[in-house]
Amino acid sequence: MGRHTLTPMTDAPPLQRRALLCHAARVAALLSTAGLWPAAAQAAVPAQAFDAKTLPELARMLGGSTPAESREVSITGPDVAENGASVTVGFGTTLPGARRLLLLVEKNPSLLAAAFELSDAIEASFVTRLKLGQSSNVYAVALLADGRVLFAQREIRVTLGGCGA
Amino acid sequence: MADPTRIRAQMAGDKAQVRLLMAHEMESGQRKDSTGKPVAAWYIQQVSITLNGKPVLSAQFGTAVSKNPYLQFSLKGARPGDKVAVSWRDNRGDSRTDEASVA
Repeated sequence: MGRHTLTPMTDAPPLQRRALLCHAARVAALLSTAGLWPAAAQAAVPAQAFDAKTLPELARMLGGSTPAESREVSITGPDVAENGASVTVGFGTTLPGARRLLLLVEKNPSLLAAAFELSDAIEASFVTRLKLGQSSNVYAVALLADGRVLFAQREIRVTLGGCGA
Repeated sequence: MADPTRIRAQMAGDKAQVRLLMAHEMESGQRKDSTGKPVAAWYIQQVSITLNGKPVLSAQFGTAVSKNPYLQFSLKGARPGDKVAVSWRDNRGDSRTDEASVA
């Protein structure tokens, strides 16, 4: 957005020069990790991830280790959803260093419903609405910076399926 | 051109709670029309959120996100007047960006 203009460093007094250097380094770090949308989204989940059939397969595809259930990952939602076309689910993790959050619907045609790439500026806690084709286990999966893959699951029953209605 | 994304961003303590409602049919490709033919998949695939121009979240949706995608989250270090921008792109290549200020 061109908000940050830099004055020449040579004529800045020492304190300002240090601040400018620090700023420049921060901007460089930001640009390299930011994954500027859409083309350079280097942290994006590959398209094949949406074809994965099981959670372990998905975890491997995303460079994570064997998934383990954890109480520090949460998934909330109704016990019974009247309308499978719009099921409100909450999901997140309290664990620090979560890089990605995934939402999985076990019995849907596509297991992976959504993937979120997190930055440090966002709290790892979300609400969204999903389609559930039939009663199914729904998983929230957190991929941590250290490669750990942790998940929580919840069974949501659907009275009217949301895929073909 | 698609309808605008509704964005509500309000301070709650030291964080900004953001609620988005994107306007999109989100056809999964599973639904059949009246002649029995499947309606082609048409859905938002990429979402990008920035706070004052800095990316804070990027999301990829599959076909299981509901029509008119809703998303709620909290941004740390946001202040009143900060700009939240929401961009999305669908599988047909359509896209749009909307912006709102934190209240």
